[in-house]
Amino acid sequence: MFIYSIIVATLTSLLFLTQSLKKEAMDVFIEAPELIVQRMSAGRHDLIPVGYAEKILSIPGVSSVEPRYWGYYYDNLTGGNYTLIARNIDALHMVKGTLPKGPGECAIGKGVADVRLTDLNDVLFLSINPQQKVSLKVVGIFTADSAILTNDLVVMDKNDLVNFFALPKDMATDLIVHVSNASEVPTIAMKIRRDYPDTRPITRSEIVRTYENVFNWRGGMALTMFIGPLLAFAIFAWDKATGMSAGERQEIGILKAIGWETTDVLKLKFWEGMAISLTSFLTGSILAYIHVFYFGAALFAPVLKGWSVLFPPFNPIPYIDLYQIFVIFFLTVIPYLASTIIPSWKAAVTDPDTVMRS
Amino acid sequence: MIKSKIFFSFIAIEIIVIAFLYTDANHTIAARNAEVQSKRELVRKLSLTDFAVFTEARYTRHPSQADTFSAFQDFPSSMDHFPAGSIVGPQRGNN
Repeated sequence: MFIYSIIVATLTSLLFLTQSLKKEAMDVFIEAPELIVQRMSAGRHDLIPVGYAEKILSIPGVSSVEPRYWGYYYDNLTGGNYTLIARNIDALHMVKGTLPKGPGECAIGKGVADVRLTDLNDVLFLSINPQQKVSLKVVGIFTADSAILTNDLVVMDKNDLVNFFALPKDMATDLIVHVSNASEVPTIAMKIRRDYPDTRPITRSEIVRTYENVFNWRGGMALTMFIGPLLAFAIFAWDKATGMSAGERQEIGILKAIGWETTDVLKLKFWEGMAISLTSFLTGSILAYIHVFYFGAALFAPVLKGWSVLFPPFNPIPYIDLYQIFVIFFLTVIPYLASTIIPSWKAAVTDPDTVMRS
Repeated sequence: MIKSKIFFSFIAIEIIVIAFLYTDANHTIAARNAEVQSKRELVRKLSLTDFAVFTEARYTRHPSQADTFSAFQDFPSSMDHFPAGSIVGPQRGNN
């Protein structure tokens, strides 16, 4: 029963975690840009000329086009990858301190602050080579509860970022297209693709769909981890189904010898299996909830972390989908019941004398 | 105490714990609604598109922005060598 509970706890933890991350992605990325236009070159994401914005702006339905400047920085000191973004905005709730108001300032994610041992008003020095380097005063640190979005971010002034990455003057990383009527986004994406065949428009619904796929329990992240415990359970159930102990066979033989019908034996075995599987299912579900929502899925962290130096602490919101609880119930309880009843039935229909002597 | 009573008491306790956890879940969702609103503000104002969970490669850091074969494009017939590549599946449906 202990092993059974642990298997249920592992499977349920995984479903709780992926469901929570998926729901959170659905909730927050409905505010993601409606349309992002990337330029592709030789099959890779390349810098886009800011001049593309003018023609895109002339497409009916487009209200504005904004170049976005961002890039990746590999930090030799810590081995971490940071995402550098240039945005000039006034204020945000999830920042301790302020946001950069001009050149020479930055706001950093909690993960960056931790690995660089940096606090407010300290200096963050980034360097690609002797020519491309920048010293930024840390004026803000994103709060820990925003880490899932901001852990590796360094938000800085546009000029600092352009100089640091040595971006050509008339180039941006990609373009954000604001559309007046959301239902026109696919049409506008199609027109952009027609006017600029070297571009790749990404709509908000595609961003949301990506996260539906990544955190779908039947694929991607979940499937990779789901398959292990499920196979363990299959072996566990198979072992039970194929090998009844001599003691168990003898017990059935005695019950038959004292006058029990086959149906009575099956009822007994059904309720015995039900008692074990129900107890294990409830215990496993409770353990899973505590593991994921009180301890931040700590046991999964080493698997999920991979080679990432910056990994945000998980503090998932307990969005629970009853459908998934039923899935776990049917994947564990029903096979277990079947695996206890079938061998019992085989023993119960055999002559009691033969069963007891075997 | 007979074993059936122990069993039923145990099941009853577990059901009470599950009811408590369910109530706790609903309470936590309501209590953390402000946090979700703040995250939406972050996404809107910083134009974010992805979770900062897997930072080891660009196609795992920004799965929604990467093309479907970026895991294998470092050189011809290169293998995907980041562990997170096995966890974050390729996106579907994008261009």
